Order: sequence, then C-alpha cells, then structure tokens
Amino acid sequence: MQQVVNGVSLGSIYALIALGYTMVYGIIKLINFAHGDVYMIGAYIGFAAVTYAKMGFFPALILAMILCALLGVVIEKVAYKPLRNSTRIAVLITAIGVSLLLEYLMMFFVGAEVRSYPKVLSEQTFHLQGVVITMQQIYIVVTAILLMVLLQYIVHKTKIGKAMRAVSVDSDAAQLMGVNADSTISYTFAIGSAFAGAAGVLVGLYYNSIDPLMGMMPGLKAFVAAVFGGIGSVPGAMIGGLGIGIMETLVSGYGNSMYRDAFVFLFLILILIIKPTGLLGKNIREKV
Amino acid sequence: MKALTKKNLLILIGILLTFAIVQGLISVGIISSFHEITIALICINIIMAVSLNLVTGFTGQFSLGHAGFMSIGAYVCALFIMKYDSTTGFLVGILVGALAATVVGILIGIPTLRLKGDYLAIATLGMAEIIRVVFLNLEITNGAAGLSGIPRYANWFWLFFLTVGTVLLINNFIRSSYGRACISIREDEIAAESMGINTTKYKVMAFAIGAFFAGVGGALYASYFYFLKPNIFGFMKSIDILVIVVLGGLGSVTGSVVAAILLALLTTFLQSFTEVRMILYSFLLVVIMIFRPQGLFGTKEITDLFKFKFRKKEERVE
Amino acid sequence: MPILSVEKLTKSFGGLTAVSSVSMHLDQGELVGLIGPNGAGKTTLFNLLTGVYEPTAGSIKLALTQDEQDIGGKAQTTVITKELGGLKPYNVTKAGLARTFQNIRLFKDLTVLDNVRIAMHQNIRYYLNSSFLHLNKFHQEEERLIEEAEKLLDIFQLSHKKKELAKNLPYGEQRHLEIARALATKPVILLLDEPAAGMNPRETAQLTKTIEWIRQEFALTILLIEHDMSLVMKICERIYVLDYGMLIASGKPAEIRANKRVIEAYLGEEVSHA
Repeated sequence: MQQVVNGVSLGSIYALIALGYTMVYGIIKLINFAHGDVYMIGAYIGFAAVTYAKMGFFPALILAMILCALLGVVIEKVAYKPLRNSTRIAVLITAIGVSLLLEYLMMFFVGAEVRSYPKVLSEQTFHLQGVVITMQQIYIVVTAILLMVLLQYIVHKTKIGKAMRAVSVDSDAAQLMGVNADSTISYTFAIGSAFAGAAGVLVGLYYNSIDPLMGMMPGLKAFVAAVFGGIGSVPGAMIGGLGIGIMETLVSGYGNSMYRDAFVFLFLILILIIKPTGLLGKNIREKV
Repeated sequence: MKALTKKNLLILIGILLTFAIVQGLISVGIISSFHEITIALICINIIMAVSLNLVTGFTGQFSLGHAGFMSIGAYVCALFIMKYDSTTGFLVGILVGALAATVVGILIGIPTLRLKGDYLAIATLGMAEIIRVVFLNLEITNGAAGLSGIPRYANWFWLFFLTVGTVLLINNFIRSSYGRACISIREDEIAAESMGINTTKYKVMAFAIGAFFAGVGGALYASYFYFLKPNIFGFMKSIDILVIVVLGGLGSVTGSVVAAILLALLTTFLQSFTEVRMILYSFLLVVIMIFRPQGLFGTKEITDLFKFKFRKKEERVE
Repeated sequence: MPILSVEKLTKSFGGLTAVSSVSMHLDQGELVGLIGPNGAGKTTLFNLLTGVYEPTAGSIKLALTQDEQDIGGKAQTTVITKELGGLKPYNVTKAGLARTFQNIRLFKDLTVLDNVRIAMHQNIRYYLNSSFLHLNKFHQEEERLIEEAEKLLDIFQLSHKKKELAKNLPYGEQRHLEIARALATKPVILLLDEPAAGMNPRETAQLTKTIEWIRQEFALTILLIEHDMSLVMKICERIYVLDYGMLIASGKPAEIRANKRVIEAYLGEEVSHA
C-alpha cells in the first residue's frame, strides 16, 4: 500500500511530463526527445530561483513554468519548424540532437555534479493506517491535479484549446478554417514545456537531487506512459503516467530495483506489440 | 570469370597497398601505439557505421539500439577468448560473438520491426537498455565492474581485413537483388509489398545482418581495448554511431567510411573534452538535419564520382 | 472455370461498410472494367483483392489451370484453387495478381531500371549467400535481370531512360512505368487502377492500344478501374458497376451504357428522369 502511495506521486510527475509528449505528438506527430531535458532545465531553474533568488515554492514553480514554456517555443521554432515537411526519421534525429545539446550544454556551464535542492517545503509527514505520506508528496499530487484540471479546461473550454484539437486532427482543414497552425503549435509546445518544467521543480523538491542527465530516464518513462495511455490523448497521458508510476514503484519495491528501468522498457515493447494505440488512443489508417 | 574485372583488380591492389603501407609504418615505429588506438577506433567505427547504415540508411528502419548488438559481440567474444586463449580462439570468438548478436537481432527484430518510425526507434532503444541492464546484473560478465584482462589479438592485420571484409560484404549485399528489396522498403513499404516483397522478412534480414557485423565490431573492440563495461555500450554509443551515419549520409557506404574516419579523428583530438565533443556532436546532428539532411554523400558512392568524371557529355544525366 | 471468383466480398471499417457483398468473376484472358462514381469502393475492392485489406466477409478464389502430361503420356488439366482473402500483399503477388496504384506509388528516388528490377526480385534465381559473394552465378543472373527489365521497358518506350530517377519522368511515363513494374512480377491477372488518369486523348488512345497488346503478349486477364469512358467502352468486354460499395450492374458495355441505375448513380436521380 505504501508503494501505491509512492507510486501515485511518482506517477503524477510522469503524467505531467507525459502530457507534454502526448500533446506535441498529437499536433505534429513528433516524439519530442528533448522534452525530458526541458523537465531537467525546469528543475535547475527552480533550483536557481530557490537557492540564489531565495524564492518560495510557488514563485519558483511559476518562474520555471514560464521560462520552460519559452524554451519549448524556441526549440520548436529553431529546430522542428524547418523540418515540418521532412521525413519522420529526420525530425526524430533532430530531436535527439536537441536533447543531447541541452544536456551537454548544461553540463558544460553548470557542471555535471549532482546538486541538492534546498528544503523549501515542510518536512511534515502524515501517518494513515500504517502508510507514510510526506507533505512533499501531497504538494506534488495536488499541484499535478491542479495543472491537469487547468489543462482540461484549456483544451475543452478555450478557443486555443479548440484550435489545438482541430490542428491535431487535420492541420490543413484547420488552417482553411482560419486557424493559425503555427501559433497553435507554439502554444502546444509552450503548455507542454511549462508542465514539464513544473514537474522538474516538483521532482527537485521531492528527490532533493538534480543533475544534467536527470531528464533522460523520466523522459523515456513518461513517453512510455503517454503510449500506454494512448498517444495523442490527454486523459490517456494522465492515466498512463499514474499507471507507470505505480507499476514502477511496485517492481522496485517487491522486485529488484536494478531491473526497474528494464521493466518499463519491456512494458513499452509489449504495449507496442499488443496494443500500440494504448488505452485511449485512436487508430489511424493509412489510405492506399 | 565475371568477377575478375579491371575495376575489382584495382580495388584489390588498393586494399593490399593500404595494408602494406600502414603495416610498414607501424613496424618502423612511425605510427606509435597512441596512433594505433586511433586507427583501431577508425576501423571499429567503420564497421559499426556501415552495419547501422544498412538497417537505418538503406532499409529505412530507425534503430537506436545498435550498441546493444555491439555489446553482445564484445562480451561473448571476450568470454570465449578468455577461455580459449589463441588466435584461433580469437577468430572463432568473433564468429560466435557475431552469431550471438545475430540471434538476438532476429529475436528482437521479429516482434519490433512491425513498428514504424518513432516507435521502432524507442523500442530498439529500450532493447539496448534491457541488454545493458542484463549484462550489468549477470555474474559471468562481472556486472558493473566489467571484464578486464581480455587477451589482445586484434592487431592492424585483423582490424584492417575484418573492416575491409565488412565493407565489401555489406556493399555487395546492397548491390544485389536482396539489397534492392531492402531499399524498396525504405522507399515505399506498401508498394514494395505489392511487388512481391515480404517486407517483414527483409527488415529482419537487414536487421540481423546489421547485428552480425555490429557483433564483429564489438568483438574487435573487446580484443583491442581489453576492458569491457556495460555502460560503454549505452545509448550514447548508439548515438555516436548514428551521428557517423547521418554525417556520412543515410544510404551511402562511402559516406559512412569517410565520416567514421573523420569522427574517429575528432574523438581522439577531443579526448580530454568529452563534453565539448558531445556538444559538437549534438549540434552537428541538428545542423545537418536542418541544412543538409543527406549528409556528406547523400546516397552517392565514391564510384559515382569517378563515373561522373569519365562520362561523355551526351550521357550526363542530372 | 473463372480464373478469379469473388463471392460476397465485404469490407467494413468500424461502422462504415466500404464494400458490400460484391460478387464477380473474371474468365481467363478477359478484359473487364470496374466503374462507378468516386467513393464507390473501387479502389477498396482492389485493395481487398491484393491483400492490402483483409475481407470482413466473403471469399476471393484464384483458379490456375495447369496442363500436364500424366504417366501414360495423356494430356491432363489440373486446376489449383487458392483462397486469396486474408493473404498478405506479397503472397497475393506471388500467387499471380499484380496491381498499379491510383496515386502512383513508384519508388521515386530510384531509377527506372531499379523500379522494374525490384518487382522481379520474387523470381530471382540466386540465394542470399550469392548476394554477399558476387561470383559468376550472381553476375549472370544480374545480367539476365537487366535484359528482361529492358525488354519490358521497351514496350513502353522507356528503356532509353532506364538510368533516370523515377521522379524525373513526365507524368504519362510514370504511369507507364507503374504498369511495366506490375508486369515485371509475371502476373496472370493484372489490376489497373485508373491507368489513364491525367492523360490527354492522344495518350489515352496510345494506352488503350498498349493494354490490348500486353494482354495478348503476356496472356493476361485484366481488371481495369477507369473514369475515362472512352477507354472503358472501347476496350472492355464486360463491365461491373459499383456504387456505395454495392454492385449495381454488370454486363456488356452497350447494356451498361443504357442501364438506368448506372446513369442515376453517375448523374443523379433528377437527370435520369428528365
């Protein structure tokens, strides 16, 4: 049971990152390899805000989200937009390049060593029927839920959300209807990256340590979560994130923690083979 | 004999000459053991790049797990030579290592090669990670501490001729009907299927061949650098190889060879600055994809350059 | 016995039925047309016949006759029937059905010669090991391939362009190459999907002659989707008409031309009552 609780907080983090993946994939059919690294940069921004600017939790969170949103938009404009008409492999390679660039630039400028987050949140713990819940875990889950609710609102109740849904179904038709595809795509990246940044700050606070390569594994696992939930589906990413988080902590707790990563990958391969559209995804048929 | 053409004879002489010259320089001491490391790196890079190019460049199957096959070849060969310490042991070890990699390649390939583009990439990445974790946890491979003291049999002779062999065999495959079948899959999978090509079979075939030679590369690595750790063959290594293939040109054997040499030299030059090297590599990836996605050679080979020179004006085609 | 028998063939995508209980047949050597308004399901039917789609219901039977001599020296005819429904496209092609695509699917960045040679791969006479070691057998077979490919290209006046990239060919020649490529698989039945699309009357007339010629030369049975009525009426011996996935008429060209339901389908109900 303890594992499930831990899994929920881990899963909320994955869900936040997965949302970015799924939204970007839904709109331009790209696996944004660099997404995990935006998350990493969010963590560092939060770290800098808290350590050097002596900001509190919420201001740091907001700052990280804003800066990451900007970063996401810049990456899209510089690296992905020129390749809108290229082959999938070309864009994927570019995404990998951007990802590595972010990682190693960070390493070069900030140093590869692990840094620890200062303690900003209270250390309070709650004991409920033999299960320990930390205040940090509550912060994570609550923040994640708030952000996800916000996203649902944006996607379904605002004009920009409508535009996002339209462009992801049929970009050309949407444009003919007057939707500015470019700015819609930028918004999508902005929102997705902001969420990843938020996840980064939350992780920094929870696990206490950050390093330039911290984005890789969570990034990949969040991708698995997005696929599991159904790539392109926002609720799917949320469910997928929680699912993977819980599964991972269970494997780590009851099995061998070394095999934890391998398990997630194995799970991905199984999904891709058995039901590639995931839980809530849609099947797109190629017209011959 | 059809095979004995003027062109093939020239190639043969060129190969033997290259070997002899470098061997001479080594024996006399002009090429020091430090330089030899770079040469070994070049040879292994070439093998890895050309084998990955077959899968990703020619057959269009994006594999991000090539280093996984390299590690299988490396570990299997290493364990073999450590038991059967002799030149024959070495050669058999290479074969066994390569075959082990091939078997794993086929097992992995059959379920995953049904996936397209991005999904295949992540699945292969996952596979390589699983292999790495397995090696990290096996007793026989000594886990994270790695294997050391592997007998060193890979010298210029073996490195050179195995590299040449790899390039020739893969090139021959590509210039055959089987190779063309693989290329057609890259071009248009549905059309290829409609022309009678069992696309799954040929994808797995290319994947398996790529894995085989990656295994050879890994075996040579093991026997030259005589120390193995699972983390050498992680995602970064797969990316290293991918950068070479992309730089040279997805679909050009010549490109892979040239880029392998260039990047091996760059690696040696930037030995003490791994971060700078990685920044350069990743920057290169992005820039190439945006400005010159076909890399240095595109899908052309060095023979195309020669043809261009000697072709009469009337025959010149765009 | 018809060389191809299609029985109650149906294809549904979720709630949408694209092809509904279609039954038709082709006799050896016939040239049959398949017409109908856009969206009627003609290409879907082709996709079903060639294995790109799996039938939801119904069957597709290919019947190949073989004339042999039994032990006593007497001539014997055996018929081998094969169910094509559910086979993968490459197996359908191996069985003897070849097709061209409505939107040309040539290997655009490969040469004209390569496009044809790839289609010949299924009949290659050397094995995998020869592809690594280019010994005599390899070179002989490769030469044979080039010769045969050039012969095919000659039919369409393309052999002088064999080293040209497919994407650089003018549209009409690309359509020809599509057909040449399909022929290279040595089919017994050829399915042509709008071969005259985008052609002017002169090109269409030339194509009509070529289709007739290859039918004779290669002893083919041909099923042809077309919108160009001049081609269809001139060359087809029988015509099937599809509308909303259902077969609404079949018969000789003259009968089809006068068929009320067909006219309705194409021009709308008001016009036929006018």
